[in-house]
Amino acid sequence: MHEYIAIAVLIGLATLIALIAIVLGELFGPKKKSAVKSMPYESGMDPYGEGTRRMPVHFYLIAVLFILFDIEVVFFLPWAVVFRKLGLFGLIEMIIFIAILLVGYVYAWKKGALEWE
Amino acid sequence: MDWVIWLIWIVKGFFLAMFLLVGFAYLTWYERRALARIQVRVGPNRAGPFGLLQPIADAVKLIFKEELTPAKAYKIVFFLAPIITMVPSIIIAAVIPWGPQEPQVKLFGYTISLYVADINVGVLYLMSIASIAVYGIVLAGWSSNSKYAMLGGLRSTAQMISYEITLGLAFVTVILLAGSMRMLDIVEAQRSWWFVVIQPVGAAVFLIAVLAEVNRAPFDMPEAEQELTAGYHAEYSGMKFALFFMAEYQKMIVVSAIAATVFFGGYLGPFVHRWPLLGPIYMLIKIIILLFGMIWVRATWPRVRYDRLMAFGWKVMLPLALAIVFITGFGILLAQELGDPIYLTVIPAASIVAGVIAVIMVNRALTRKRILSYEPR
Amino acid sequence: MTISQIIFLVVAGFTLASALMVVTTRNLIHAALFLVATLFGVAVVYAILQAGFLAVVQVVIYIGAIAILFIFAVMLTRRDMRDRGPQMNRMQWIGALLALLIFIGLSFLLSSWDGYSAVAQEMPADFDTMGRLGEALVSPDAYLLPFEVASVLLLAALVGAVYVAYTRR
Repeated sequence: MHEYIAIAVLIGLATLIALIAIVLGELFGPKKKSAVKSMPYESGMDPYGEGTRRMPVHFYLIAVLFILFDIEVVFFLPWAVVFRKLGLFGLIEMIIFIAILLVGYVYAWKKGALEWE
Repeated sequence: MDWVIWLIWIVKGFFLAMFLLVGFAYLTWYERRALARIQVRVGPNRAGPFGLLQPIADAVKLIFKEELTPAKAYKIVFFLAPIITMVPSIIIAAVIPWGPQEPQVKLFGYTISLYVADINVGVLYLMSIASIAVYGIVLAGWSSNSKYAMLGGLRSTAQMISYEITLGLAFVTVILLAGSMRMLDIVEAQRSWWFVVIQPVGAAVFLIAVLAEVNRAPFDMPEAEQELTAGYHAEYSGMKFALFFMAEYQKMIVVSAIAATVFFGGYLGPFVHRWPLLGPIYMLIKIIILLFGMIWVRATWPRVRYDRLMAFGWKVMLPLALAIVFITGFGILLAQELGDPIYLTVIPAASIVAGVIAVIMVNRALTRKRILSYEPR
Repeated sequence: MTISQIIFLVVAGFTLASALMVVTTRNLIHAALFLVATLFGVAVVYAILQAGFLAVVQVVIYIGAIAILFIFAVMLTRRDMRDRGPQMNRMQWIGALLALLIFIGLSFLLSSWDGYSAVAQEMPADFDTMGRLGEALVSPDAYLLPFEVASVLLLAALVGAVYVAYTRR
């Protein structure tokens, strides 16, 4: 519990530093707005169309894959801590766990979900 | 609760933050000087002796720059994104131990521990803060409402989350070897052998994943100057841009510190258990060496193409990291069952074989594509 | 009131307020961000309860992965991320009433549970939560079966996502 308070103190300090930096910039920087300056940057061309567009579905799929494997990694961690106590039994169990998940991984690979065009 | 405890927390946090800030300033100088040497140039040498005052000059310049906000930007998120990027890069360092617990360091009668927080899930804490760091980037890209920024933000996010899994699995090998998630236990477990000796491929996988995680060359796709201008922070200027820059370099320092802690023996070194204040010095030396490695990589390798970067992460690094986890588990089991630590040598041997297989596969995949592209249509 | 109670009240208030903002804000990305704040509040509650592992896993999985997926989903579905329609319809008061009734019912049920007024005991300093958790996860008397079935669940999600995204090609 105390350790988490120490982390909270550090979060406060870090936020303070970031705010001080931004305030310094706001205080001393010049403020001359113009229409050209507040345009989004497109290498000198006038911006064309919307700034934010629909993103490709691929990014979404990567996020789904990431969630699944992230959960897998989280399962790995407590297992790894007590691995020496569990012995062979623990290793076999984890291999079964991963083997099931690897079926999905191979499926995604074959379907081309890991390709990027 | 004693007010002195609060004071100690604040002072320690302040020291850590200041270390990272000053480290950031001088890392930019170090990088520019080292890159210049590699490219047979001189580098910044006008401000102060050896250009040592250059970072201060840069900071002063950035303070006096105009803060631009694009008219179409989503103002609140645009303001928050640099802060959300900068804060994790400091607080991730909270669990890194800078010296041994025994013997204790005493100051004014109070025991000062050489870390900010010692939590029993230290490794998982590192992973959680690393996953928060993604937010600043995706939000900066989105809130700028600009095509380059959006593309850079998306690419960066996808890249970071892809390599986070590999990073997590590399951590799992460390936990397997140490049998604990506490950073102090992990360092103490390396007193006989550093983990880089037992698991060299794990260390290599970790270092590659970390390069991708902090968006450094050759994985600096999200900010590829030639095609995306600056990526997710294209629309930022002045001190807000400086915060992104600061976050990137602080992350470099912090991940070097983490790599030093989990694979290169952390604060361990000769006599550190007699004079614990040697710990921070050893850490600093290891961090500087690892940072030089990062700069060297930037000077040597060209940028990886984005599709290959993602394919490399998902098709090579992930299976390799998984294989290494099981090889490590198998080796530990073998040594335990047969009662002789000599069998731990199975781990480096089998891992190097796995690593070589991965390299051969990559080589074959690239070669085949090259032949195909020359075929007449 | 002790300090930890005050901290709890502040955190709980923050969590509830951001949860309210999730459903009332117009901008979908802002809603996703308030959801992140809510999840972070829950993580802090776990930390207060000395469940360090849960707190950090909450951040890794929910904030680091699932909320990122939400943000991606929002960016995927709409070109303009602002919802222009009204947030409420005619049923809002009935909905509020139902929610209130459920809340009262749940509080009533909980108050009849004998653990309701118990004070949490301080955990012994050498209590090895990680070890216990790891053993429970893979021991046949505890959670071995759910653990293995979880991987089937993950497999189903993986295949489903790939199938939905890639059938038309």
